[in-house]
Amino acid sequence: MAGNNPTTTEYIQHHLSNLTYGQLPAGYERYDQTVLSEATWTMAHGPAEAAAMGFNAFHVDSLAWSFGLGVIFCWLFFSVAKKATTGVPGRLQNFIEMIVEFVDGTVKDMFHGRNPLVAPLALTIFIWVFLMNLMDLVPVDLVPRILELVGVGYQKIVPSTDPNITLGMALGVFILMLYYSIKIKGIGGFVKELTMHPFNHWAFIPVNLFMELVGLLAKPFSLGLRLFGNMYAGEMIFILIAVMYSAGLFFGLFGGLLQVGWAIFHILVITLQAFIFMVLTVVYLSMAHEDH
Amino acid sequence: MNINYTLIGQMIFFAAFVLFCMKYVWPPLVSALAEREKKISDGLAAADRASKDLELAQKKAMDELREAKAQAAELIEQANKRSNQIVDEAKEVATQEGERLIVAAKAEIEQEKNRVKEELRAEVAVIAIAGAEKILGSSIDANKHSELLDKLAAEI
Repeated sequence: MAGNNPTTTEYIQHHLSNLTYGQLPAGYERYDQTVLSEATWTMAHGPAEAAAMGFNAFHVDSLAWSFGLGVIFCWLFFSVAKKATTGVPGRLQNFIEMIVEFVDGTVKDMFHGRNPLVAPLALTIFIWVFLMNLMDLVPVDLVPRILELVGVGYQKIVPSTDPNITLGMALGVFILMLYYSIKIKGIGGFVKELTMHPFNHWAFIPVNLFMELVGLLAKPFSLGLRLFGNMYAGEMIFILIAVMYSAGLFFGLFGGLLQVGWAIFHILVITLQAFIFMVLTVVYLSMAHEDH
Repeated sequence: MNINYTLIGQMIFFAAFVLFCMKYVWPPLVSALAEREKKISDGLAAADRASKDLELAQKKAMDELREAKAQAAELIEQANKRSNQIVDEAKEVATQEGERLIVAAKAEIEQEKNRVKEELRAEVAVIAIAGAEKILGSSIDANKHSELLDKLAAEI
């Protein structure tokens, strides 16, 4: 934390800052008044330095948690898949199979093309996003406080509250959409879809192009920003509730009650958001596969 | 809230995890599920078939039982008939044998009677001569009176 007794604003800002590693530009005056003679890769010390790094930075915490949770997903499912028996399944296998069947059923309902990528993609998105969202239920101060004791200044443990993470996944989906649109319809077919719909006349090509491009670009951005917005808002409410703990016994107890309530409600939100991300991905890919 | 290299990093992770899932996680799980589904449907079909087989076997067993019963009844009837026949035959044989025995006995009796008669005849002459001798008090020459004696014997 910034100091021993941070103000509410400082506390909130601290919780919203990522642990950033990036390149500070030459001539930048750091927090300890040293002036950099040349561009330097270093850990950011505070939000101002992180902002000064611009695009040349990594959110170490987001990437680490996201990678770790992805590895947990892969390890869990791989360990079950490796020993999957066709006989009577154990409890864990049963649980995993339930998820797989749920995802498979959802994909089969919505995606009518033939593509071996879509179902595993949907499963990965569903479980990975769910796990990332799940970190939201960990009390907001727990992990940052523990890491602060070992000298790590900033920590955001919910990767899906970082727009880089959600937009990164959305852009991945967008690339797949473009790839399959071109692969299935051909470049000509894809261009025709962008220019000849919804008004099938050459005079309307600019109008069509504008509308279709907006529609096309809106898909990945809405996909990424929806998840980010929901998780960010949820995290913000947890932080605001946590602020109440410093306001005396009465507010502390009230805050505890609120946190339990919000956490229970949030279980629904995180599952729903993971499911929505998965479903929209499948729908967008399904649209990319549709040949007119 | 800065957009930076994290975006690229996340895209790389995303691709890696999706590829891993597609290669090593999804196929074995789905094939295990499909295989189990097939196993279960096969099992159900087999159970169906088995119950149908059982029904058929039961029907066949009933039929065979009925046939066997009919056969047994027929056999018993035949046996009864045969036994009656045997008894009848035996009765007939016995009757014939009895009759034959009776005839034989009668013949024997007749024969014996004749023999006895013959003997008697032979002896009558002697007895008659002896009687006459006693009456007359002298011997009688049998040869002389043989005609008479033969006549007497023939009368017996």
